[in-house]
Amino acid sequence: MAIEINGKSVETDEEGYLVNLADWDEDIAGVLAQQENVALTDQHWEVINFLRDYYNEFQIAPAVRVLTKAIGKKLGPEKGNSQYLYELFPYGPAKQACKIAGLPKPTGCV
Amino acid sequence: MAGPEIKAPAYREFPTVPALQPDSMVGMNPYVANEKMNEAIGFPGKLVDNWEQVAIAKMGELLTKYRSLKVYLDSCVHCGSCTDKCHYFIGTGDPKNMPVARQDLMRNVYRRYFTPAGKMFPKLVGAQDMTKDVLDDWFRYYNQCSECRRCSVFCPYGIDTAEITMAAKEIMHAVGHGHKYVNEIIGKVHKIGNNLGLPGPALEDTLNGLEEDVKEDTGIDVKYPLDVQGAEVLLVTPSADFFAEPHIESLIGYGKVFHAAGISWTLSSKASEAGNFGMFIGSYDQLKKIAMRVREAALELGVKRIVVGECGHAWRVAYSFWNTLTGIGAGANDPFAIELQKQLDPNYKQPAHICEVTWDLIQAGRLKFDKEANDHRIITFHDSCNVARGSRMGDYAGGQFDIPRNIIKSVANKYHEMGVGTTHEKTFCCGGGGGLLTDELIDLRVKGALPRMEALKQVVDQHGVNFMATICAICKAQFTKVLPYYGFKMGLVGGVHQLVSSAIQLGNEQ
Repeated sequence: MAIEINGKSVETDEEGYLVNLADWDEDIAGVLAQQENVALTDQHWEVINFLRDYYNEFQIAPAVRVLTKAIGKKLGPEKGNSQYLYELFPYGPAKQACKIAGLPKPTGCV
Repeated sequence: MAGPEIKAPAYREFPTVPALQPDSMVGMNPYVANEKMNEAIGFPGKLVDNWEQVAIAKMGELLTKYRSLKVYLDSCVHCGSCTDKCHYFIGTGDPKNMPVARQDLMRNVYRRYFTPAGKMFPKLVGAQDMTKDVLDDWFRYYNQCSECRRCSVFCPYGIDTAEITMAAKEIMHAVGHGHKYVNEIIGKVHKIGNNLGLPGPALEDTLNGLEEDVKEDTGIDVKYPLDVQGAEVLLVTPSADFFAEPHIESLIGYGKVFHAAGISWTLSSKASEAGNFGMFIGSYDQLKKIAMRVREAALELGVKRIVVGECGHAWRVAYSFWNTLTGIGAGANDPFAIELQKQLDPNYKQPAHICEVTWDLIQAGRLKFDKEANDHRIITFHDSCNVARGSRMGDYAGGQFDIPRNIIKSVANKYHEMGVGTTHEKTFCCGGGGGLLTDELIDLRVKGALPRMEALKQVVDQHGVNFMATICAICKAQFTKVLPYYGFKMGLVGGVHQLVSSAIQLGNEQ
């Protein structure tokens, strides 16, 4: 599978995750979000940017708890919970948000 | 996810045998592992040219190696006892999800190549050539079996469908036709150390964060140590416990138990995974290679005890197979086993389940609880299949059923059992075990959860149950995902040590 955007073709796997993480840019995030029926807002970008920063440091997406805590610190305790994240990313903050942020899928019993 | 909307099947008024819906799950095709994933773990990259011969040769090898497989393939009399015992059959109505039909996918091929009647008169005995259509059916329907073994409880001959499924998967791997979800994960265990692909520094960061959180919540410095040389206990737990909700709540609970009892413990960045997907694909080599990391970590860290966290199939592997795989356990007197046995403390069961550890401490009066802290919860317990039917706890038959329940009743006041015939050795699978916990199988996972959801609904309606405790990472992840399809909140599922964590008194440590 592939995404055609801005005159280039970007490869994705069967599940829609980017094959080459370096391909990611904000326009591609928009297309990935569209495929997931997620309309990106500033709130979504807060999460996406945090995921990408964490990934750059640790080569893995943050644990859901690490993510909720970070969001809570930044945006206030009422948003520091997984319910808020599920509102933004209904299929689950770990998988759906990672996909849009261009990160690999978290695997295992999650 | 894109695609057709997935809906939960309707609850049945009476749990009768569902009407047959032939081929209703024929479109459920899991993703095939790509060349890179297969080769990374030592399997052929893609379907080999002479795969039919390779498959039959592999089947021949397995029939010699595992006497049980031959007995299972020979002894079925098609009595029908198993037909309506599989949660996937109940949820889908697809006749190929009847355990007997699943077995027959292999049995028919076995007859063709390994029995005189099948060799001479294949049509008379329903024998079947190994063709691409057969392989496709294998890949489809053996990946609709969670290897939960409920059907085997009802089989008068004791035929274990899970073992046939594992053999089929082993054959498919041998010809280069593996399942992406499982093979990608096994690759990560070998490369990074756990199913999630969580590297050491990220693990350390997560554990530091937990220490801060627990300090904030309780005011007590509970430690979540990593790679501590000379600790008494090595805790091996599924990597989901570091990452996912509600899993992490139980990890917090394990730490509090060790803290309150004054037991020094450590996690290991090398053995940062209890799960062992090698079992799901029937591969002894993978099973052993994955299990060996635990032995190596134990030897390197010099621990006296090995404890396994809340993970169903990990406990089956640890309890039933570690002894011969890695020399962890009592009895063996070869140099390999003796090396580790000399180090481990014979006063404790090796390996031990975290529930055994906690229950022993409760009985010894070394843990104190505020049961009222769980009063907002009305609790039931879901037995996980690999604990219930593949292992044991304590020192008597059925300990694996009593011990988790004893713990719950020691830390909480409100508890109700789900219906007879849906728990203990007859427990229904969550619908996501055996390597099927993957997004492309979500329709199957939702449908396969039906019988458990029916039993849950009954206690929710009658007793107001709002917490289903379990001791398996797959169960926790699967229920979190499928509960909303049945109108329940995802937070209704959690761990036994999540309950322990809420009620335990940390100030009273001895």
